[in-house]
Amino acid sequence: MTDRPISHSEPSNGPTDWKSDAMQARIGRRYRRERTFQLLGFSAVVVSILFLVFLLGNIVKNGAYGFVQTSVSIDVTFSADLLGDPTALSPQAFTEKVRKTNMLRLIQASMQDLFPEVKGRRDTRTLLRMVSTGARAQLRNMILSDPTLIGTTKRVELLTSDDIDQVIKGNIDVALPEANRKVKDNELSWLKTLQNDDRISLNFHSQFLTGGDSREPELAGVWGAIVGSAFTLMVTLLTAFPIGLCAAVYLEEFAPKNRFTDIIEININNLAAVPSIVFGLLGLAVFLSVMGMPRSAPIVGGLTLALLTLPTVIIASRASIAAVPPSIRDAARGLGASQMQVVFHHVIPLAMPGIMTGTIIGMARALGESAPLLMIGMVAFIVDIPGSINDAATVLPVQIYLWADSPERAFVEKTSAAIMVLLFFLIAMNGIAIWLRQKFEQKW
Amino acid sequence: MNNATPETDSDARHAKPKMAAKGVNVFYGDNHAIKDINLDLYADEVTSLIGPSGCGKSTFLRCLNRMNDTIPICRVSGEILLEDENIYTSGIDVVQLRARVGMVFQKPNPFPKSIYDNVAYGPRIHGLAVHRSDLDEVVTTSLEKAGLWNEVKDRLDSSGTALSGGQQQRLCIARAIAVNPEVILMDEPCSALDPIATAKIEALIDELSGRYAIIIVTHSMQQAARISQKTAFFHLGEMVEYGNTTEIFTSPKEDRTRDYITGRIG
Repeated sequence: MTDRPISHSEPSNGPTDWKSDAMQARIGRRYRRERTFQLLGFSAVVVSILFLVFLLGNIVKNGAYGFVQTSVSIDVTFSADLLGDPTALSPQAFTEKVRKTNMLRLIQASMQDLFPEVKGRRDTRTLLRMVSTGARAQLRNMILSDPTLIGTTKRVELLTSDDIDQVIKGNIDVALPEANRKVKDNELSWLKTLQNDDRISLNFHSQFLTGGDSREPELAGVWGAIVGSAFTLMVTLLTAFPIGLCAAVYLEEFAPKNRFTDIIEININNLAAVPSIVFGLLGLAVFLSVMGMPRSAPIVGGLTLALLTLPTVIIASRASIAAVPPSIRDAARGLGASQMQVVFHHVIPLAMPGIMTGTIIGMARALGESAPLLMIGMVAFIVDIPGSINDAATVLPVQIYLWADSPERAFVEKTSAAIMVLLFFLIAMNGIAIWLRQKFEQKW
Repeated sequence: MNNATPETDSDARHAKPKMAAKGVNVFYGDNHAIKDINLDLYADEVTSLIGPSGCGKSTFLRCLNRMNDTIPICRVSGEILLEDENIYTSGIDVVQLRARVGMVFQKPNPFPKSIYDNVAYGPRIHGLAVHRSDLDEVVTTSLEKAGLWNEVKDRLDSSGTALSGGQQQRLCIARAIAVNPEVILMDEPCSALDPIATAKIEALIDELSGRYAIIIVTHSMQQAARISQKTAFFHLGEMVEYGNTTEIFTSPKEDRTRDYITGRIG
């Protein structure tokens, strides 16, 4: 060590004067800077939280009504003349007759009992339109499951049409001039009567969670989309995870480090940033055009999303493989383990939490993806619940897109409710990822 | 130990060295890390490699079981013989070589598995123990030899990483001897340990010497003097001096050796 003094603004050989004014000012400035930065950082956090709260609040406010639906209770007489007598007919013949009967006539009879003053085809039709078109199927299923209903009169809760539902939920401004609103004055007066009779109620609507898509908002459900998403993600997981893991292990542990592997690495990183719709075009070209796979099917959607997820899985897997301490590899190698044994006995088990976390994050991204699926036809209107990966299906984000695109006011709340369902699954998946990471993370 | 005329005496006792380096050069890319090392290592002796940081002693140690193979830019020339067989010829099986030449590292690195599995891992992958009872036997004797048995016999199922640093290092030694090696390489095995744990490891090395050829890299000259019979002094990639430990520390032939052991360089 030389004994040259540490240089100050004014060189002196004496000790530093920590109490000088200049020094105090410097210290004050340092603390002020830190406080300003902390304040800035804190406000950034507050702003982002506010945005998030606003977004979620808006979705929940809109979407909460999507889970409830207005129904009207009316007394339906199950007339034997109209429907046939189950005691006189064979079960097949009875079923056949019930299937052929227009259930609207039962509804019409009940409604005309309630509103005898309504005459004329037009008004009658308007009156009947207050009840959902799904009410017919509801009545038919009731009769078929319980033929003893025939000949009795029973109070039945039927769904109202989406317009009436919107009036009850307060989404249609009844103060507007009649010409400017969908629900006319006569309908409103009938609704008033029904409300006074205590026949209108707002109930939890399980069909939203268990039903398929429909053109009628009150009949539309997300189950078809949930099943479609599940099939699609299953295909994605079964494709992307093994391929991604193998690629990551090979690149990280076996591949020679040369220009070729460098290019591959750069390209994998680039692929992660490719717009998702490009993968949709790739899926369209490869899986539909060349390989001739079925259109709109989860298998094609899943494979397309697997292409999209692969870079994420590979990058996350490589990162967690690289994070396994070299000392463990040395230890195993020093005992005479082959490279394969080092990797499979030590590196992969230790990297597994990270690999699984990366995979789930990738899956969550795939779950929220809609653009590539539009390209391969998963945007079709599909009522049936898909039964296999080859059936036509749609997925949650595409369902949200479809509903957001629909003109009916009632689909607004359905859209928000579907977003809530999608968010639930996304949060659940991220929760699982966090749980896995905490459960299996190694402490060193 | 016999101190009188050690060179001729040891030559007489060991007709053949266990391992021998002949003109070994190591390059990291363009960096000539080790220059023309010639060194005979004998089966029933502890040999310590001393020298300042960066002198190439660890690099040389890692050449002895080809641990440097995993470094892509590392190139080794010359011959290293293990019982007359050059371990750098193409026909040699590295996996088998590393089972014969075990290694203990600077930082204790037990697998994050149970104590039992740590010791049993080597025998398992080499198929040395077929039945569970054989494996139990190997684990028990290895832990006994490593002087760890009494401390861990009641918790063989607990994690190896939960042990103290010194215990972990002895576990690593037990793990190395479980595959029944002929040579054990130790790369500064005590540098991360406190003096008490160090004393235990040194006692263990003393215990194990004779059964295995032990080659130890150390920064502590006292340690080298305490535990080894032969010492090699490395400086700037060259082996400056090699001989009986007592001779190196009492009457070094080279000025650089004297400067280092008296603390003038380093």
